[in-house]
Amino acid sequence: MNEHSHTHARPLTDIEIKVKALESLLVEKGIVDPQALDELVDVYEHHVGPQNGAKVVAKAWTDPDYRNRLLDDASGAIRELGFEGRQGEDMVAVENTPTVHNMVVCTLCSCYPWPVLGLPPVWYKSPPYRARAVREPRAVLKEFGVEFDDDVEIRVWDSTAEVRYLVIPMRPDGTSNLTEDELAALVTRDSMIGTAIVQSPGVPA
Amino acid sequence: MKGAHDLGGKKGYGLINPPPDEPVFHHEWEKRAFAITVAAGFLGKWNLDMSRYARETMDDNEYLETSYYEHWIHGLQTLLIEKGLLTEREVSERISELTQSELSKK
Repeated sequence: MNEHSHTHARPLTDIEIKVKALESLLVEKGIVDPQALDELVDVYEHHVGPQNGAKVVAKAWTDPDYRNRLLDDASGAIRELGFEGRQGEDMVAVENTPTVHNMVVCTLCSCYPWPVLGLPPVWYKSPPYRARAVREPRAVLKEFGVEFDDDVEIRVWDSTAEVRYLVIPMRPDGTSNLTEDELAALVTRDSMIGTAIVQSPGVPA
Repeated sequence: MKGAHDLGGKKGYGLINPPPDEPVFHHEWEKRAFAITVAAGFLGKWNLDMSRYARETMDDNEYLETSYYEHWIHGLQTLLIEKGLLTEREVSERISELTQSELSKK
């Protein structure tokens, strides 16, 4: 940072100072490599995200053998597409059907399948979602604009540090002619958490 | 461990208000907090359960009033000191140096 921007910058907040203190000490002592830090930010900001999970879902929709492998051993099937790593070691895929809708929460912290969805959004980590998803899932879903008839069972999966879930949403109508890539483009982050359904092409989400 | 983090089923929480979209990181410091926590985790001095436990040692009210990456930083600082990678003294000295230099800018 040059002198000019220094003079005009707002003062750092307490948390900014704390982070800067830890980072500067870790780098000075050679405990962490500054270049590795920048790479980590770049990877999780730009390269690992729900677009990965969307590819998994689109493949499961178009390839029945892959779907079976995904339901049987999600970590292995996801690894087949090259997605693996931290916070996704033990994955379970849960499939939505006309009679069962799945949604995922982590009531204790914010466990989330990083390799397929990236880092979790703020609402997923927020006390209201964590408290309410298990108590009143239908009310929570309604807030996300999703409502189901009473005869649809809502299953809520509480993630742990060991097991993380990926929801396989239902394939929307009117998509039989779409390619796998076109299908993947329809699959949203929230549909793989279970707080949204995948809309048919042309329908606003 | 029972504490403020054990939120499942608790009453009294309001709306979730999910925004239609949001950036991966909301502030620059969140990027740095994320990166130093993950990079320090690679050292293998602790596992994920230990990280979580360290985050949950935060005071209950503080836990509920602070954000996700603030929990992370609390946990990271706790573990770095516990494992002897940094000392409490050097962390507090660095924090006061930086705080002083911020005050001098005002």
